[in-house]
Amino acid sequence: MSGSGRARRLRALVRKETYQVLRDPSSILIAFVLPVVLLFLFGYAVSLDVRGVPIGVVVERDSGPAVDLAAAFSASRYFDVSWARDRREVTPRIVAGELRGMVVIPAEFAARLAVGQDAPVQVITDGASPNNASFIALYATGVLRTWLAGRAASGEAPAAEPAVALEPRVWFNPELESRATITPGSIAIVMTMIGTLLTALVVAREWERGTMEALFSTPASIVEILAGKLLPYFVLALGATFACALIARHVMGVPLRGSWLALLMLSCGFLFPALGQGLVISALTRNQFVASQVALFSGFLPALLLSGFLFEIDSMPTPIQWLTHVVPARYFVTGLTTLFLAGDVWPVFFAQMGPMLAIGAAFFLVAVRTTRKRLD
Amino acid sequence: MRQRLIAQIVKELLLVLRDPRSRMVLIGPPLAQLFIFAFAATLEVKSVAVAVLDEDAGSWSQELVHRVAATDLVRELVPVSSGAALRAAIEERRALLGLRLPQDFSRLIEAGGTGTAQVIVDGRSANAGQIALGYLETIVAGLGHDVVLELHRGNPPRPGAAVTVQLRHWFNPNLEYIWFTVPSLVGILSMFSALLVTALSIARERELGTFDQLRVSPAGATEIIVAKSVPALIIGTALGTVMLMAGIWIFRIPFTGSLALLYGGLLLFMLSAVGVGLVLSSVSRTQQQAILGTFALGVPLVLLSGFATPVENMPTALQWAAELNPLKHFLVIVQGSFLKDLPATAVAASAWPMAAIAAVTLSAAVVAVRVRLD
Repeated sequence: MSGSGRARRLRALVRKETYQVLRDPSSILIAFVLPVVLLFLFGYAVSLDVRGVPIGVVVERDSGPAVDLAAAFSASRYFDVSWARDRREVTPRIVAGELRGMVVIPAEFAARLAVGQDAPVQVITDGASPNNASFIALYATGVLRTWLAGRAASGEAPAAEPAVALEPRVWFNPELESRATITPGSIAIVMTMIGTLLTALVVAREWERGTMEALFSTPASIVEILAGKLLPYFVLALGATFACALIARHVMGVPLRGSWLALLMLSCGFLFPALGQGLVISALTRNQFVASQVALFSGFLPALLLSGFLFEIDSMPTPIQWLTHVVPARYFVTGLTTLFLAGDVWPVFFAQMGPMLAIGAAFFLVAVRTTRKRLD
Repeated sequence: MRQRLIAQIVKELLLVLRDPRSRMVLIGPPLAQLFIFAFAATLEVKSVAVAVLDEDAGSWSQELVHRVAATDLVRELVPVSSGAALRAAIEERRALLGLRLPQDFSRLIEAGGTGTAQVIVDGRSANAGQIALGYLETIVAGLGHDVVLELHRGNPPRPGAAVTVQLRHWFNPNLEYIWFTVPSLVGILSMFSALLVTALSIARERELGTFDQLRVSPAGATEIIVAKSVPALIIGTALGTVMLMAGIWIFRIPFTGSLALLYGGLLLFMLSAVGVGLVLSSVSRTQQQAILGTFALGVPLVLLSGFATPVENMPTALQWAAELNPLKHFLVIVQGSFLKDLPATAVAASAWPMAAIAAVTLSAAVVAVRVRLD
């Protein structure tokens, strides 16, 4: 078998697969339209930045300090305040989910402050959405602290120099804007859809229709057939990655501090296990419906939920933390956020490449073996 | 006619359930997902690593480090010996926070001044960084309070009136994330199942060419749509029921609301998902298109549902778009039914948009099938 013959065969296979991709409008949809839609949705809809959380502020009796404190809450950009006189007005709106909590300034608030007694303020949250609840607790305490400091500064309360102060510095993302961290991570989700889901479906369809066996009857070897199948998707996914990176940087204003070379290396590193997974799924299921369910379950949802892109891996229970180690997207997300926000930190990149390549190698081994077995 | 309809429904149901593998992927993965993702999908911040550079090594700096280490927030302290090592620990993500206590920290406190602790936050984890910083501020404020008591022992300063916060979390006093994620996942996972089953139904017939047989059969468009809706409705509702039972008996989430109202909501939700799936199916020529279409639609539906992040954080235009999302409305009902004993009026307020979505999409599907039949 001559080397040039092999190259020609591979070229022909790649051409065939490329036509197949380009002629199906649904693969164009998933490769070019969906990534852009998802990028914008992740960038603008999925925001963890707390702004204007709707809460009720109950001022039980008007008095200077009570009105002043209530005004401090409505001036805060973190809250969107509805006024009330009685907590019973607010309660049903919390149950209905219109308001996420309430701050109650009791009737005796001013009187107790005047005589130097402890004056409690009640903060009640809707624990049914725990994330909102902890944010409200955090920021309501912050509003109170600022208000007290303001009173101390204006001489209305005894001034006290704090004995211990905290001087925070935020690196890489000074505003702690969630868009800057979510957008790079969402590229990993998009790549999983193209790499794993699309590949699994397309190859499963060939099995389902029997055209895979037709390919096997040609002189092309299994490795050639698989390589020919994967190359177009590899190029498609790389193109989508770079398009997403450009949009993130120039349209969405996310800084890209690292180099394109590092992006290329990480993307190739991730596509290896992603495409391998798609192949394994298709070879094992040979049915589009089952393949799509398995790709959803083993590829897409883990990339979304177990990659650390939205949910902190450190906060998950230990067995699930172990599980995240076999999710290739986990390593890609870590690499991408570092690449975009911190720049080229090579030790981080190399630490991510190793596991991705290892998982990819395992998938390809399984893919080649299952494919060979089916031929016997 | 009735007999014909029943026969068709049975045929559609068998089509999905006859193949053992497709039967398995309908039940197994969603349940496994419920158990894995219920624990994973938490925005809670705990067990982070903190790098500590204690240049002071005085009693107050040690006290602060001690208090930081004692919280749930912190899993491990990474002691470092130089500014460069601190920088590297953050850069290489070995620590989320870096705490630097300067040489004069304890001395300034003892002298009655202010000891300043520097804290470096890794902005690559925006959410965790924000929350961890809030915790640290509380710890530092507590330490400051105790310092004053300690330094002025026997001679307390004029007590300033303190404004204290009494914090109470309704419906979920300990802020268990599971209580939020499990009910939400019931909605998300049953929606994906119903969407996929229906999206494939017509597309499969078109791909395999059996749709032409339907054209010569006496069945009308409405009949075909009903026959294709019922199996998905049964599968989705059954899956939802199993997951609800798991939520109540395995995850032990308090169920305070009305089961009847919740089921009314679930049925409307499934109907609207089935409607969306059928519209998608009737415009797809192949199964691949239908499956990819399901993803292209399903993922934005999840993102705009308020599951990952609250709807009120979104830009106004997207908040309107979220009103067209059946999942958003169902999440209000299912979360409220579990924890808040959601009253009937509030259920109705979220139910009618789903009914409207179901009516529009199902009629659209009937029209689309009628066009193809002619």
